[in-house]
Parts: sequence; structure tokens; C-alpha cells
Amino acid sequence: MRVEKAKGTVTVYLEGELDHFSAQQIRRIMDHAIEESSIKSMILDMENMTFMDSSGIGVILGRYKQLRQRGGKMMVRKMNRQVEKVFRLSGMDQLIDII
Amino acid sequence: MTGEEKMDAVNKMKIMFLSIPENESFARVAVSAFAVQLNPTLDILADIKTAVSEAVTNAIVHGYKDKMGIVEVEAMLRKDGVLCLSVADEGCGIGDVEEAMQPFFTTQPEKERSGMGFSVMQTFMDSVKVYSVPGEGTKVIMEKKLTES
Repeated sequence: MRVEKAKGTVTVYLEGELDHFSAQQIRRIMDHAIEESSIKSMILDMENMTFMDSSGIGVILGRYKQLRQRGGKMMVRKMNRQVEKVFRLSGMDQLIDII
Repeated sequence: MTGEEKMDAVNKMKIMFLSIPENESFARVAVSAFAVQLNPTLDILADIKTAVSEAVTNAIVHGYKDKMGIVEVEAMLRKDGVLCLSVADEGCGIGDVEEAMQPFFTTQPEKERSGMGFSVMQTFMDSVKVYSVPGEGTKVIMEKKLTES
């Protein structure tokens, strides 16, 4: 899973499946990516993410809240249809910009 | 299998596995591979995988909590093109099923559980029924039409 940082924005390239099993590892990677307080924004690139269930909602919302507390924001891009359906069902599209 | 089910069933399968998170992906792939016999669309298969994932995760996370148990997944393809799915555990059960099925209701907010599991199942499947007895276990029965027939 690739992480790129540039000018206060970190981009996490998610891969594979985000379920309860993989959630812990992905949570760790995302938390590490926003460790530095200079990071205000996070982009989740989901081009190579094949599956997400509601465990993924918990992980993404948890990181969203951390960023919001420091005045930052989160964006997602390149979701497949299954991932986007779960994303919209949870109402995350009201909080997180799809770019 | 009852006589009535035998009349209806085109095919039937049952898998049992330990309640460990590694088996969440196994369960959704197994059910999806079984359902593919009726040539559903990729979107329908994705819906089924998502619903199976939610039900199996519930059994592991909430049914058995920190204990180890057996999760049983049964699937039946009916002549009318409907997939009937059952996900059962012998875990702690649910005291108030109606409350548990409310969107965003969770008993584990500290673990970042979203409380959307049943909502996802209800959205992605045609019907979802939950039978639970505290101390005995939970069975989730879901149906989805796979093909026009």
C-alpha cells in the first residue's frame, strides 16, 4: 500500500479488500500517514481497492474525525461501484468529498 | 432438507468454519462462487458478497466476541432464481433485534464499529430476517433474486 506526502496532503493508495480482517492493518497505515500534525488533508485513492464492507466505514470515519479536529479534510477518488454503494449508504458522501 | 425445499432447490451447500476474521473473505468468495451458477450480474454478485461479509463479521465480532466458535453458512439456489442464504452462530445472541438493526446502532463504538451491518444487508439483499435467542445464538436469513425467470 503506497503513501505519498506533499504540501500538507497525504495520499493513501488503498489496495485489495477493506473488511474487519484487514481493518486493523489499514487503520495503522492511515494513522501513521497522518501522524505529523502538518498533514491537514488525506486523499484515499481506491483505484485498486476491490471490496469494502461496513468495517471500512468505521475505519474511514475514524480518520476523518481526526483530520477534522485539526481543521483538515478527507477526499476519496476512484471507487468501484461496490465500494461507492457502501460509501453512499453510510452517508459518508455527505462528509467526504468524492474527487 | 425438507420435502418442500427439495422441490424448490436447484442446488444447496453448507460450509462451517471457525469464527476467525480470516474466514470473512473465504465465506464471501465461497457463496459468490456458488451463486455464479445462475449467471447473475457482477453487481448482484458484489451485493451478495457484501451482505455475506456483514453477517459473518457480525457472527465473529458480536456473536462470539472473544471466544472461538463455529459459523455455519448455508445457501440454496431455488428454481425461481432466488438465492436463499443463512448465516448462523451459536454465540451470545441479540437481546433486542429491532434495536440492533437500527442504522448506526453499535455495542462497540470504541472499536470503530460503524453499526451499519444490518443496514447494508437490508440494502443489498431483497429480504433479511434475524432470529436470535440470547445465550443460544443468532441466525440471519437473506434472500436475493439472481435472475429473471
